[in-house]
Amino acid sequence: MKKTLITAALAAVALAGAQWVSASRDYITIVGSSTVFPFSTVVAERFGRSTAFKTPNVESTGSGGGLKLFCNGVGVQHPDITNSSRRIKSTEVKMCHDNGVTGIVEVLIGYDGIVLANSVRSKPMQLTRKDIFLALAKEVPNPDDSASLIANPYKTWKDVNPRLPAVEIEVLGPPPTSGTRDAFVELALEGGCKAFDWIKALKSEDSRRYKTICHTMREDGPYIDAGENDNLIVQKLNANPFALGIFGFSFLDQNSDKVQGSPIDGEDPTFESIADGSYPVSRPLYFYVKKAHVDVIPGIKEFLAEFTSERAWGDEGYLTEKGMIPLARPERTEVASNVKMLKNLSM
Amino acid sequence: MNKSAEKTIDLVNRNLAKRYRAEKRFRFYGLLSISFGLLCLLFLFTDIIGKGHSAFLQTYVALDIHFDEEVLGIDNIDDPAQLMVANYDGVIRKALRDQFSEVSSRRDKRALYALISNGAGFDLQREFSLNPRELLGQTRTFWLVADDDVDTYLKSYRGSGEAFTGRLSEQQRGWVQTWVAEERIEKRFNRIFFTSGDSREPELAGIRGAIMGSLFTLAVTLVLSFPIGVAAAIYLEEYAPKNKWTDLIEVNINNLAAVPSIIFGLLGLAIFINFFEMPRSIPLVGGIVLTLMTLPTVIISSRAAIKSVPPSIREAALGIGASKMQMILHHVLPLAMPGMLTGAIIGMAQALGETAPLLMIGMVAFIVDIPGAVNDPATVLPVQIFLWSDSPERAFVERTSAAIMVLLAFLIIMNTLAVWLRKRLERRW
Repeated sequence: MKKTLITAALAAVALAGAQWVSASRDYITIVGSSTVFPFSTVVAERFGRSTAFKTPNVESTGSGGGLKLFCNGVGVQHPDITNSSRRIKSTEVKMCHDNGVTGIVEVLIGYDGIVLANSVRSKPMQLTRKDIFLALAKEVPNPDDSASLIANPYKTWKDVNPRLPAVEIEVLGPPPTSGTRDAFVELALEGGCKAFDWIKALKSEDSRRYKTICHTMREDGPYIDAGENDNLIVQKLNANPFALGIFGFSFLDQNSDKVQGSPIDGEDPTFESIADGSYPVSRPLYFYVKKAHVDVIPGIKEFLAEFTSERAWGDEGYLTEKGMIPLARPERTEVASNVKMLKNLSM
Repeated sequence: MNKSAEKTIDLVNRNLAKRYRAEKRFRFYGLLSISFGLLCLLFLFTDIIGKGHSAFLQTYVALDIHFDEEVLGIDNIDDPAQLMVANYDGVIRKALRDQFSEVSSRRDKRALYALISNGAGFDLQREFSLNPRELLGQTRTFWLVADDDVDTYLKSYRGSGEAFTGRLSEQQRGWVQTWVAEERIEKRFNRIFFTSGDSREPELAGIRGAIMGSLFTLAVTLVLSFPIGVAAAIYLEEYAPKNKWTDLIEVNINNLAAVPSIIFGLLGLAIFINFFEMPRSIPLVGGIVLTLMTLPTVIISSRAAIKSVPPSIREAALGIGASKMQMILHHVLPLAMPGMLTGAIIGMAQALGETAPLLMIGMVAFIVDIPGAVNDPATVLPVQIFLWSDSPERAFVERTSAAIMVLLAFLIIMNTLAVWLRKRLERRW
């Protein structure tokens, strides 16, 4: 009898404890992409300072991990917003729907440029997307112009393109789990891959083969997986003037005394060239909001208003100060009005 | 017989030099290993201290602030709401414009405003709300926090001949030089670093939030792991029969001590967050997960401490009629306590440096508000170091090293405490 009483009391305490910690949440929880993280956190901090609401929590889980947490369900233990450096996939929308997350608001916030940079002690490399593809793909088209593939034979940049210096190909970049790597592969590698007509033709005939050719990085040494930390890549470039590194534009912006961006297809990676779209390797940044949480968790509407205000994401807003490339004005107006009406995501 | 004895001593003498040499070499190898270790440590410390010491100073700029009612937008001084939302940035900007009256274009003005941290307005608000009546309409000189770009520029400027100009334009550098010439700019002890939470502006970022988070997490860990660990150790040492089951438990405990810590994080995610529906990022969940991780260490060291109490003490207690419980509580436990505490402190030190399990339960996050309880969202010191090391802003490099210094200081304190307790309380038989 005594034993059962003790057990019952313990269970009650545990339950009450769980209730006490999870009963309510009065702050916004944000998860998702590590690329959007630096921008999301700035807005969160300003929002916490200038309003009576608590500062939102921002976690950096990666785009895919964030969407998974986001789509897990509706309720205070699930995040309200997820950041993403790519658009949500239809499979993810389906996963959301299956777990009861039906109302999703999509917010396109701006762009981020991906740069290929080297140490300022050496000359900048004039690259084209085709050079990048030939230097970094696992298999490249046979140089004798027949429509066949060979394992990447190139050792130096001169082998790739006679205009380039005779330095060994050595590129430091993020690991396969990173969104930056995905975007780089999609924009730079595939962009160069399409320069070959017969591969381009494959896209409609055999899209799987096309993807394998254009999206596979070489693994025989010239591409070095340098981890998720962009600062580390900058430091390594500083130590090795012959290497190139792949990272986000904001790191180039902050370390202009150590590294310089290589022009790609004749375009220098600058704020202006990324904003007007002439720099080819840039990607959109998004975040997604769970509609069911909007009036449950305090401050979501106000947070959205802050994020889409001109002083945050405008041409001279504080997000651009942190290295985000803003949308064009008409685009901004459209997104802002959609956000205000909490318009549902349409794929 | 005699002959063979001579032979032996000859053999010994012949080999003596060789044996001495071997002995010397052996000692030298040991010395070499120790100096290698010390060299690595020295390198680590010089690197961290060299990079981090400058973070303890922060650049401030003196501005003559005129508390203009119109600029502030205050018409009723007794209304706290008005004091709250008044335009403090406006008066700072006006002070900047007054000092550099030649600045007129919108672009140049923006460049000028960028020299002062955008957190300065909040400092001014605090100062002003202390005695608004006295300050309104007056002009006072205030030292305001400079932007991180200015801070980095000045620190590198003083250090070497060639300064890191970074994001400052030539025009902005000119303004900073004017301040330097007028002695309106100086480096002061960086109090913000110890009193505020995380921020995306390096000049406003501090480690107080992470320290509080670490303390709450460790408190939960200690409160849970010490009693549970000691109770388990007592049962296993004093009561448990020696059979296959206890052997199995022992093997499992030893195994758990070597399990990668991320596994405990996954367990925490599955049980506490997904099943019990506790919120993410709170020290309570972090503490429970770290308890799971440190329990094996606490149990193993507690068992060793109990084992080292000589059986004669137990027999004497039982011999004069003590019950087994009295024997344990009155005699064994007090004598084993120093060893147990040492084990617990070492377990805590291990938990203090852990990030991997916290990643899974959402404590790797940007949290500005300083936590005040175990169910407030929080982060911990090593996570803060990780987050700063990954930030693009240049001024975070020195703050990362400074945060490492703070973490190392905590670890050294805890380990010294463990050594001191052992020296002070341990009895030898």
